[in-house]
Amino acid sequence: MTVLHLAVELDGDGAHPAAWRRAQHGPSELLTARRTERVARRAENAGFTLATFDDAITPPGAGPLGRIGAVERAAFVAPLTTSIGLAPVVATTYTEPFHVASQLASLDHASLGRAGWVVAAGTEPHRAWGRPPVTGDGLAREARDAVTVARDLFDSWGDDAAIRDVTTGRYLDRAQLHYIDFVGETYSVKGPAIVPRPPQGHVVVIAPHGLIPDPDVALVTTPQRVPDAPLTFLELEVALDTDVPAEERLAALDAHTPWPRTGRPRHVGSAESLVERLRGLAGTVDGVRLHPLVLDEDLPVLSARVLPALFESRTATRPRAGASLRTTLGLPRPANRFEVAS
Amino acid sequence: MSEYPFPGAQLHFGVFFQGVNHWTIWSHPDSGSQIDFASFRRVAQTAERGLFDAFFLGEGLRLRESGGKIHDLDIAGRPDAITQLSALAAVTDRIGLVATQNTTYNEPADLARRLSGLDLLSGGRAGWNVVTTDNAWTGENFRRGGYLDHADRYVRAGLFVEAARAIWDGWAHDWPAADGSTWARPGAVTPVRVQNAQFDVEIIPTLPRSPQGHPVLFQAGDSPAGRDFGASYAEVIFSAHGADFDDALAFANDLRARLVAAGRPADDLRILPGTEIVIADTEEEAEEKQRWIRLQQVTPATALAIASQVWGFDLSDRDADGPLPSEDPVEVEETGEMGSRRWTDRRAIAARWREVAEAEKLSLRETVIRLGPQRGHAGTPSGLADKFAHWVRSGAIDGFNVSPYLIPDGLDDIVDRLVPELQDRGVYRTEYTGTTLREHLGLRPPLTRR
Repeated sequence: MTVLHLAVELDGDGAHPAAWRRAQHGPSELLTARRTERVARRAENAGFTLATFDDAITPPGAGPLGRIGAVERAAFVAPLTTSIGLAPVVATTYTEPFHVASQLASLDHASLGRAGWVVAAGTEPHRAWGRPPVTGDGLAREARDAVTVARDLFDSWGDDAAIRDVTTGRYLDRAQLHYIDFVGETYSVKGPAIVPRPPQGHVVVIAPHGLIPDPDVALVTTPQRVPDAPLTFLELEVALDTDVPAEERLAALDAHTPWPRTGRPRHVGSAESLVERLRGLAGTVDGVRLHPLVLDEDLPVLSARVLPALFESRTATRPRAGASLRTTLGLPRPANRFEVAS
Repeated sequence: MSEYPFPGAQLHFGVFFQGVNHWTIWSHPDSGSQIDFASFRRVAQTAERGLFDAFFLGEGLRLRESGGKIHDLDIAGRPDAITQLSALAAVTDRIGLVATQNTTYNEPADLARRLSGLDLLSGGRAGWNVVTTDNAWTGENFRRGGYLDHADRYVRAGLFVEAARAIWDGWAHDWPAADGSTWARPGAVTPVRVQNAQFDVEIIPTLPRSPQGHPVLFQAGDSPAGRDFGASYAEVIFSAHGADFDDALAFANDLRARLVAAGRPADDLRILPGTEIVIADTEEEAEEKQRWIRLQQVTPATALAIASQVWGFDLSDRDADGPLPSEDPVEVEETGEMGSRRWTDRRAIAARWREVAEAEKLSLRETVIRLGPQRGHAGTPSGLADKFAHWVRSGAIDGFNVSPYLIPDGLDDIVDRLVPELQDRGVYRTEYTGTTLREHLGLRPPLTRR
């Protein structure tokens, strides 16, 4: 039977822009170590395969004005967790690919091989970066190039490049270090990386379907596998019954700020109906990424009533402590492109 | 000894996990991984047990080369500093976490935000060691390439720091809305507009200040321009003047004069020279241990590589235990490929090497060691404690940024044997009295928050 991988988005207080009104803490607590740790632990304890952390250099359009960088949040929870994958959203339109690759490789080292990367494009204003605007086809070009550069940089160190050869006095084996000599339309990168190859070889690259040619995980909004990625995850917004019916909870939040339609399907209803829906999706897609309405309210329901039922029916499995994200997802460890070539 | 100018002075220790250098011994059986998180956690937690002020990470944005090839003799390959320190924030409670970050190949909105994130996640323990680069060789890894003139590197750094401070000051201290009708009080966040020769940006700050206000600013530049930059902006100087008392005192006095000239109080920054500390039961054993350490650090291959930099051509096929090259050095173009190790007047250096080698009958390798940077202190715990107490009370230093010669255990002796001696002499804390890096260092609020 096909296993359904379960991912959850953990940004802010939930997917709804008014979610903060239902949070079990005040606004200032959102931007603390304690809150960052608690929500990640809850997701791991629930048995999710992967946590994602939305991000941009400017605050969300509605709701909280504050947000700690996703890479920093993911790195902070890395030593506090042991099984859940950690995938920050990192933008590609104006960021420096060399820095992005260093940050993600470092996250993979700190998490012992549990890092992913949710690739974003066109989410940040060019004025914040002081760069000319990139629009249209340029967004996909910058995303594609950033991913290519990052993967090349991950491969620019062989797995055993630090040879520590006392006889010759060499710490590094030059034969395992590679200039990437990337030349794109808008910039070039020489390499090699300044961070050794990540434990997973490459971090798991997750991207909206169609943004880049070859993600490891494609995010889709209709339940159908796509051919250009080994894994397809369906995006799914969820509002669940608590003591209060989901419809009422949603209506109360919408009265403050309407929940914008993002094109993602939405599940509003009981835990049992969500379990049924997810069982139905197993075999159609490889996983789902859930966007809970209010983290403090919907995550406990997911943890107590949804994931246990999916584990019980073997629709999903709890990741093993110490396993890499690639192992959990059944993705192979990529060969090193420079060493394959030679 | 009552005439000390700073009788109540306290020593502050940081630990520099170097990652790229030949001073960390990698050939020893006890030398651990340079990239595994466990090594970093071990060093940071040992330093915290020793009540250190800070854990410090360096950065270099291109893998070093020598003679146009990747330099393969030294330790290299280290994590991104802010990412690694964010992870370390989760497994430490009190120690400061200092990231070296470049102002040439970063942008203020991004870097200021990343540092704020570290500062909030650590409860006010972040520091930023501000460094500059101008060489095109490093620029080959970045979108803009080598765009910055050498003369403009501190200009950009100063404007960068000012932009970062404006971002950090962008949230009102009373930003939470009192009535809960909105997430933040309307008007509590002020957009930052920066327009000057280096930047043309509009930034909406995304984070409030941490308990320490701003991350603590470190700086290490030693040129006159670097010192002036430090006097204008820095709160801690990571200096290269920590081996000789007179040199350290002269540097400290120069910095204090520049501080006052910049309109700041003379005690507005801390001076922490980088150093290596070698401890043994007797002075003789300590000297012997230091000699042994130098031989591990300056291997025959490393000695030849250093000599090659002086001579300007490849000497790797020579005998390190033989004499210096008979040829004269050649002039070569400086690319910055070996970082800060600049050789300005090769002929003069070579002449000095020859003079010392002949007078003291030294081999090439012995000459490299003899004339290399005098970077360390070796002694007994009590002898070193007496010396450091004298130095800090004299105003020559405020402490040291210690580079362990062995990872991850190289700090253990210092924490277990030297710190208690310093505590006995009243020059080292016996417990953390604050929670932030700024409090550990006894610094005032940030310059824009006074």
